[in-house]
Amino acid sequence: MEVKTASFEKVSTKETSTVSGAEAVIKCLLEEGVDTIYGYPGGAIMPVYDELYKYQKEIHHVLTRHEQGATHAAQGYARVSGKVGVAIATSGPGATNLVTGIADAQIDSTPMVCITGQVGSHLLGSDAFQETDIVGISTPITKWNYQVTKAEEIPEVIAKAFYIAKSGRPGPVLVDITKDAQFASLEFSYKKCSGIRSYKPIPELNLLEVERAAEVINKAKKPMIVWGQGVILGGAEELLKSVVEKAGIPSAWTILGLSALPTDHPLNVGMVGMHGNYGPNMLTNECDVLIAIGMRFDDRVTGNLEKYAKQAKVIHFEIDPAEINKNVKADYPVLGDVKESLKALLELLDPNSHKDWHQKFRDMYKTEYEKVIKGNLDVTKKDLGMAEVIQEINIQSKGDAIIVSDVGQHQMAACRYAKFNGTRSNVTSGGLGTMGFALPAAIGAKMAKPDREVVAVIGDGGYQMTIQELGTIFQTKVPVKIVLLNNGFLGMVRQWQQLFFDKRYASTTMINPDFITIAKGYHIKAKQVTERSQLEEAVKEMMESDEAYFLEVKVEQEENVFPMIPTGAAVSEILLE
Amino acid sequence: MEKKNYTVSIYTENNLGLLSRIAAIFLKRHINIESITASPSEVNEVMRFIIVVNVTEEQIKKIVGQIEKQIEVIKAFYHTDAETIYQETALYKIKSEDFLDDHNIQDFIKETNARIVTVTKKFFVIEKTGKRTEVDALYEKLKPYGLMQFVRSGTIAVTKNEMPISGILEKFNTTNSLS
Repeated sequence: MEVKTASFEKVSTKETSTVSGAEAVIKCLLEEGVDTIYGYPGGAIMPVYDELYKYQKEIHHVLTRHEQGATHAAQGYARVSGKVGVAIATSGPGATNLVTGIADAQIDSTPMVCITGQVGSHLLGSDAFQETDIVGISTPITKWNYQVTKAEEIPEVIAKAFYIAKSGRPGPVLVDITKDAQFASLEFSYKKCSGIRSYKPIPELNLLEVERAAEVINKAKKPMIVWGQGVILGGAEELLKSVVEKAGIPSAWTILGLSALPTDHPLNVGMVGMHGNYGPNMLTNECDVLIAIGMRFDDRVTGNLEKYAKQAKVIHFEIDPAEINKNVKADYPVLGDVKESLKALLELLDPNSHKDWHQKFRDMYKTEYEKVIKGNLDVTKKDLGMAEVIQEINIQSKGDAIIVSDVGQHQMAACRYAKFNGTRSNVTSGGLGTMGFALPAAIGAKMAKPDREVVAVIGDGGYQMTIQELGTIFQTKVPVKIVLLNNGFLGMVRQWQQLFFDKRYASTTMINPDFITIAKGYHIKAKQVTERSQLEEAVKEMMESDEAYFLEVKVEQEENVFPMIPTGAAVSEILLE
Repeated sequence: MEKKNYTVSIYTENNLGLLSRIAAIFLKRHINIESITASPSEVNEVMRFIIVVNVTEEQIKKIVGQIEKQIEVIKAFYHTDAETIYQETALYKIKSEDFLDDHNIQDFIKETNARIVTVTKKFFVIEKTGKRTEVDALYEKLKPYGLMQFVRSGTIAVTKNEMPISGILEKFNTTNSLS
């Protein structure tokens, strides 16, 4: 008897039909509710593309200009919609070009299914044309991967792929399908996957753990919350808000947690980590109870672990058991779905306000304002600062835009200064720090939420890593707004060279092309701002445009991002200048 | 923290590629695998890996957490030597003339409960099953005679405590009413 290792829902298609493996792939995607996919055709995936031709009305395939762009667009789509992003590529270089996006999705827990074509199964292992072992290559950077060599495996494997990608702590899954499996036929019927016996996506909530946590929080004099993306992935934003308000706890966010709680919420005390705010970093080492919610104590958040929150009792709300005690020892772990655990916690919390403690955050904000923020936003200094540009976007978007940032100084400016009213509005590459992420991610974000303004904020370095996606924007007419903060440097690296390598600016100066001409070459409206006096009008014109718009802003060349926790320093050793 | 030998027992679905997924977890952390074996387990269609590593308890806890996170891993456990009954097997190939000329060798074999598995005119093959230290001890004794070949298996181990794999699988079957 065959052993069943996974469970599937009852047959959802009416009757079975004989189709090719390639058509089955499309039918599976439709069954999973997929309407937009990103990809690039090539030899080994051609049967699937041939079927896409037939299914043009049902599935919108977006031809990116590079497979990496397809993954980041799928990620952008997934991050703002909460749905699984889908990217398709051919074998060999097509598949290897997905690797950066897959790694990014893995470390930032983004649900994504990548489908790659593979050489015919009779050629596997023969070093055939465009053969590469993508399953081997992607093993350490996928939540799950699988190579299909028989057409009849396709429905079950794709059902499992979607289930794994989106359940529990989400992540990327890769399904590699040999060309013969795409051509062969099968009797198609589709059942969504509902469980895999060796995989437990959500640990059962132990109410005792919640009770213990509540007790510790209720007794705390100086509690502090640090929340991460887990709150967003778990759809627990409103619960977080209720918890924060009921217990009156100052709350800070990791870069991926940003936008779960509105920026101007009185108890939102800002960002933790290397370039986070002064107050939450300093006070991490002063609080008596540190409540971590859906975050993983990344080294950019904790600084020196030996000197991180040693005085505090640590409560860790987490869905992934492997994260408990991985970096920071949790005195009170609470395993489970954050939506369930926060709901249980909320009922047990005593109303409180922690006024004096909260005041400390405000006082430290004032210090940071005087030493850092005022200067960043100063309109009398010579050159335009990055923060000023973000501030102008805030004013005109009123905080309702989705901001997609790339990686580097401008990313820190965007995350520190952008105003967000609603959740799933901040899209950035956090864990992997993938330059080139923003432009394609913005395409996916806009397609997922066409009614919302999507502004990609990118530096001149990262922009040129995926600049070819302007072609995708031109072809699809997706109205994304691109703000290029051009300082002519790989700014973050230059900052480190200045501070830690005696100003030896090795290979960080960028001799840049005429970006306006490039945008115009793609028939994208474009404007350049070189003076502060032009900024307001230019941002206004960009925001009012119904089409894609490219705005290049020449910013101060050697601006540094502060505050800063130098590598190896404690969070409380954060520098303001 | 003190480094120790830990035996990691991993129950998995029989899935192609899982070995490299598991191996990658050790590789990423620069942890040398002392020995590894894979075989069908006591449960139908369930594989069991046994991996021995020399690490601290903090490390092994994190590694087991990462292993359990893999989709096709049903459950992973780690145990110290004291918590397991473990054995390995080694084969020693020695020249027949050495064996016949030197009574010491014959004494070693008797003392250590080793076994002669093959005898030819040119060589003898001796087999020893036991704890790693016992296998090592016999190796040291035979080494001066110029071993023609020596090979040892990975550690195999059963734990003193129960491993509730069948229960885990049974629970899945009942809650999901597999059809």
